[in-house]
Amino acid sequence: MEAQGGAPAVVERDGRRLMKINMGPQHPSTHGVLRLIVTLDGEVVVGVEPDIGFLHRNFEKIVEGWSYPGIVPFSDRNDYLGAITNEVAVCLAIERLAQIEVPPRAVYLRVLFCELQRILSHILFYGTFGLDLGAFSPFMYAFREREWGYTLMEKATGARMLYAYNRIGGLRNDLPDEWFADLEKFLVFMERQAWPEYMGLLIENEIFRERTIGVGKLTPEQAIAWGASGPVLRSTGVAWDLRKAAPYLGYERFEFDVPVGKNGDTYDSAMVRMLEIKESIRIIRQVLKMLPDGPVLARVRPNLRPRAGEYYSRVESPRGEVGVYLVSDGSARPYRLKWRAPSFCHLQLVPAMGGGGKVADLIAAVGSLDVIMGEVDR
Amino acid sequence: MNIYLAALLKVVGVLAFVLGNAFILIWAERKISGYMQRRYGPLRVGGPAGLLQSAADILKLMAKEDFVPGGADLWLWWLAPAVALVPAVLVYLVLPIGRSFVLQNLSIGLVFFASVTSFTLIGIFMAGWGSNNKYSLLGAMRAGAQLFSYEIPLILSTIGVVMLTGSLTLQRIVAAQANVWFVVPQIVGFLVFYVASLAELNRTPFDLAEAESELIAGYFTEYSGIRWAMFAVAEYSNLFTTSALAVTLFLGGWRPLPLLAFIPGWVWFVLKTYVLVFVGIWIRWTLPRVRIDQLMDLGWKFLFPVSVANVLVTALVLAVR
Repeated sequence: MEAQGGAPAVVERDGRRLMKINMGPQHPSTHGVLRLIVTLDGEVVVGVEPDIGFLHRNFEKIVEGWSYPGIVPFSDRNDYLGAITNEVAVCLAIERLAQIEVPPRAVYLRVLFCELQRILSHILFYGTFGLDLGAFSPFMYAFREREWGYTLMEKATGARMLYAYNRIGGLRNDLPDEWFADLEKFLVFMERQAWPEYMGLLIENEIFRERTIGVGKLTPEQAIAWGASGPVLRSTGVAWDLRKAAPYLGYERFEFDVPVGKNGDTYDSAMVRMLEIKESIRIIRQVLKMLPDGPVLARVRPNLRPRAGEYYSRVESPRGEVGVYLVSDGSARPYRLKWRAPSFCHLQLVPAMGGGGKVADLIAAVGSLDVIMGEVDR
Repeated sequence: MNIYLAALLKVVGVLAFVLGNAFILIWAERKISGYMQRRYGPLRVGGPAGLLQSAADILKLMAKEDFVPGGADLWLWWLAPAVALVPAVLVYLVLPIGRSFVLQNLSIGLVFFASVTSFTLIGIFMAGWGSNNKYSLLGAMRAGAQLFSYEIPLILSTIGVVMLTGSLTLQRIVAAQANVWFVVPQIVGFLVFYVASLAELNRTPFDLAEAESELIAGYFTEYSGIRWAMFAVAEYSNLFTTSALAVTLFLGGWRPLPLLAFIPGWVWFVLKTYVLVFVGIWIRWTLPRVRIDQLMDLGWKFLFPVSVANVLVTALVLAVR
C-alpha cells in the first residue's frame, strides 16, 4: 500500500517492515490538535514524534504590543482548563513589578478559585483518561460534577471557561453570600458521593489497573531531566509542589499534603490527581474558614507603568509549573513576556513513555500526561 | 403451499426481523446508555419514547453521499458490507424460535451456526484492506487475530452441551433441557461462551477492532451512509443471534419457566435473548477496553484451557455415569 501523495506508508528498517501512521491532528484521543507521527511494527510502537503548532496564537509576541491589563484575559486561552491559574500567574508578575498591594480578601479568593479550578481540571482528566482507555460512562459522570462546578464559576465570574476574573490588583468583583453555600454543597457532594463513585467506576476497576499499572513508566531522573512538573513529576515519587516548595498567594498558611506516586506509571499519575482533588477540597474548606472581609480590588492606575526590571512568577497549575517571565522597560507595554507551559515539557516525554509499548499504551501515556494544546502552542 | 412461496416468505420474514431488531437494539442501546450515564439527550429526543430517532437515523444514512476513499480496492470495498451482513442473516435459519418454529431444522445446526458466523471475519478483513486506510488495516488485523482466537473457546465451550445431548440439532438440544437447563451442569461452558461471544461480537471490553480512542473506528473508519449502516445492522443482528444461541444452548431456548407455560415459547425465546443482550449492553457501558496482548492472553491462556478442561470433565462424568 502506498500513501496518497505523501511519504511511503511502509518503511524498511533492520529487515522489518514498519508502518508510519499519522495520529492527529484529527483523532479522537489527541486532546485537541496534537499530531503524533507514529512508527509501528504491527501493534508495537517503534517511534513517536510529536508535531505541534496547530493551535499557535502568537501569545508572547502579541502581548508585547498590549497594555498590561489586556494580557490577563488573553492568558486564559493558554491553558483553557486552568484559566484562573494562568491569570494568577500573570497578575502576580505584573503586581510584583508594579509594586501593587493586593487586598487580603482577594488573595484568599484567588487561592479558592485556583483550587476549584484544579478540581474541575482533574475531573475532566478523569473523564478523558477513561475515554482514552475505552470507558465511556466515567466521562459522563465526570461531566455531571464539571457542569455543577462550571455553573459555580459562571455565577462568580460571569463566564464558564475563560473567566477574565482576575484584575491587576485583585479580582473583578466580590461574591454573594449564597454562592458560598452553593460551593459548600458542591464540595460535600464531591467528597461524599462523586469521589468514591469515580474510584469505583474506573480507578479500582481490574481492567483499568491492568491497562495502566506499569504502562508509560517514568523514572524520577527522566522526569526531572525533561523538566516535568505537577502530577506527572509527583507520580514518580518526587514531592515537588510549588505550593509547598515556593509558596505564593500565602499557601504556607494552609494545611495540605502533597500526594506522590511510587512507580511513575500512568496509574500513579491518575491516582495522584484523584488524591489532589481531596487536598484541594481541604484547602478550599480552610479558605472559607479564614476568609477576611474587605475590598477585593486595589486601586490601580489605568495607565499602568511598572518599574523597569524583570520577574519570574510561577504557580502550580493543575498540570504543573506555569511560569511567567516578565521583562519591563518602564513603559506601558511589556518588553518581553515568556510563558512557561508544563504541557510543553510533558509532551517531550511522549516518546519515552509510549515507545516500545502497544498502540493502546501510547494512547494511555498521552492521556495520562493531560496535555493542553492551547498552552503547548500558545 | 408452494415451496418457493414458503422460501420467499421465510426470507422476507428474516430480513424484516433483522432490520426491526437492529432498530429496537439501537433504540435500546441509546436508552440504556442514556440512563446509565445520566445523559439527557437520549432520554428526551426523538418523538414518542425516542422511537423516531432511529427512523431519522435511517433516513439520514440513506441520504448520505456514498463516499469512496481514494485508492480504495473497489471490489473489496463494495462487497465488504454485504459479506459482513449475509452471515448475520443466514444464521436465523437454524435458530429454534418455538416448539415447532424453526426455519430449517438442520441436523448440523450448531456446526452451521459456527461456520457461517466465521464468515463475518472475511467481511471485516475485506473492509479493512479495501479502504486503503492504515487505521482500517490495523482494525482488521486486530479483528483477524481476535475473532480467530475466540472462535476456538467459543466452539469448545459448546461441546459440553453437545456431549450431554448427543446431537448437533439445536431443536434436540432445547428438547434435552426439559428437566434442567444446561446452564446448571455446564456453568463453566456458559461463562466461557458468554465471554468469548462478547469478543466475537467486538463489544466492549473487547471492542479492539473498532477502538475509538485508538483506531478512530477501526475497519469501518472510511465507511459512511448506507454501507456503514449495513455494518451496524450486521453487528446488532450478530448481537441478537449470538445471545439467542447462548439461550438455546444453555438457558433452555424457548422453554418457559415453570408455572408460566401459558406464555408461548417464542415469547420466552425473545425475552431470554433480550435479557442476555441487555447484559451485553450493560457491560459495554461499564468497562474500559483491554489491550490486544491482554486479549490474546485471556483467550489462549485462560478461556482455551478452561474450555478444554470443561470438555474433559464432562466426558469423564458421562463415562462414569
